[in-house]
Amino acid sequence: MVEHTINATNAIVTMDVALPGIIWGWMITLNMWAKSIGTGVILIGAFLLYRHKKEDMPSLRWTMPLISFIALNVFLLFTLVDLHQPLRMINIFLHPHWTSAITVGAWMASLFTGLITVMMVISGFDAFPDFRRHCEVAKTVRGNSDLYEKIFPFTVFLAIPVTLYTAVIMAESSARELWQAPTELMQMLLAAFMAGSAVLIFISDSWGKEVRKDLALVLAMSVFFSFMMYMGEYFFSFKAAEAEATLAFVHSGGEYNIQFWIAMSLGYIVPFFLATANIKNDNKTLLRFAAILALIGLYLAKDVWLKIPQLLPLS
Amino acid sequence: MKLGFLVDLNLCMGCKGCEVACKVENEVPLSSWRLRVKYIDMGTFPDASRHFTPLRCNHCENAPCERICPVSALHYLENGIVNIDSERCIGCAGCMMACPYGAIYMDPETNTADKCTYCAHRIESGMMPACVVACPVEANIFGDIEDDNSHISRYIMEHQGGVQVRKPEKHTDPKHFYVGGGNQTLNPLAHKRIEGYGLFNNITHLDHVGDPHHSILDRFLAPFVSHSAADNKSFMDFKQTTDDNSTDDESHEDKGGH
Repeated sequence: MVEHTINATNAIVTMDVALPGIIWGWMITLNMWAKSIGTGVILIGAFLLYRHKKEDMPSLRWTMPLISFIALNVFLLFTLVDLHQPLRMINIFLHPHWTSAITVGAWMASLFTGLITVMMVISGFDAFPDFRRHCEVAKTVRGNSDLYEKIFPFTVFLAIPVTLYTAVIMAESSARELWQAPTELMQMLLAAFMAGSAVLIFISDSWGKEVRKDLALVLAMSVFFSFMMYMGEYFFSFKAAEAEATLAFVHSGGEYNIQFWIAMSLGYIVPFFLATANIKNDNKTLLRFAAILALIGLYLAKDVWLKIPQLLPLS
Repeated sequence: MKLGFLVDLNLCMGCKGCEVACKVENEVPLSSWRLRVKYIDMGTFPDASRHFTPLRCNHCENAPCERICPVSALHYLENGIVNIDSERCIGCAGCMMACPYGAIYMDPETNTADKCTYCAHRIESGMMPACVVACPVEANIFGDIEDDNSHISRYIMEHQGGVQVRKPEKHTDPKHFYVGGGNQTLNPLAHKRIEGYGLFNNITHLDHVGDPHHSILDRFLAPFVSHSAADNKSFMDFKQTTDDNSTDDESHEDKGGH
């Protein structure tokens, strides 16, 4: 009603202190993006192993943990670097506070990275039997090769909460109404499916056609559902006043409006059509192009969604 | 005992005495505030009025900052104060993202989160918070809200129906109350904040969190090297002019700066 509008009261802040701007910036975006790759390749790798024979994907056994290991280390590095007191990260392990999703996530991500490291070492020595052939450590590792298969189910199981815990951090960030727990949980999971399938597409050249078809299907489905959720949130967040105000600002052509639509077009709409087309016709180049766009779009979308609720003054 | 705070906005005259007292008492660095008084102008000349709203940590009973803190640096004291242990803080800024009131800042000197503690150190010694003592009109009322005979409890009971908290919809159960507030003063969505314009300055947003001159590498090296670069001067970008009579270690204040 008009009596409550700003124009009716003309209430203007005439003096206040400088407010903080973006508190969680590109490092957190990169953190989430890299984690999506790290857990996504494990989840999608498990899906491919369930659906196809190992012989159809000869390099998957060692490339999957290797890619995951690299991505997880990027994720952990930027988690650490983003802290203003990085050396005190140890306090999370010495003085854990279990109501915090940051604590639970740090513990799970550390365990997950440890398991992935073991898998990477085992599969690496198995894949390259001539490497350090006479080294005792290498012999021991090769002798325990079956440990890989024993660990793998646990890593797949663990990959799910490791993917999701950032959404719980965002939910605990109660000052930012745009981040709603159920949607963020699903967005994180879909981001992992997107990133996992996109990255595996790059190494799928020598794999069977049916495998690539599955990767294209996963990519198409995940970008589709993720896009639909973004659209739902972007246009129909009516129930939370601050979320609505944030989005109204972006809708009106405010900051990050262009970045959001570039992300949606490049990362979601175009890859959807490219990947869908690829389900019928196996075109490696187009599929790779779709994968690159999806990874770029994912980063841009995560970046926008992370930053826009921080534009709103809280007091 | 559950300590609470009440500000009677009908009495507050925006002198900022509380703000200054807080700064001095807690040695709050430049660019940071534990307590601030926001001015809001309403109406159009000649029917215009100015309103003052002191803003500080709400010491919520269900504090989101305490919940999200991964190392319990933010913790409850027995008297209800949400205290912070800056020695334990890892600087993740989770609390800044969780606090719906924007009451937590990243201290640019220590690079740890900090906020109003209701002057917990003074309370421990039987004193009132610095802002309460400094207020010339006794608009700040502080005390035990579990004690029916305390000043704050009586004040709340006298103003039944007129006592408000900020953002009750967040279910944080704040222990900081206002009398005489309105939607325009307490709800940040109900007033305009024009970028690049203020009464005395045109800085509306900080472009840094913590100390901007504390690089990523410095963050790792800080415990092993001198922290001289990370003081009040380092982020203000004062032009350090040297003349023949000054020495390198002479501070900006010694040269007549402020």
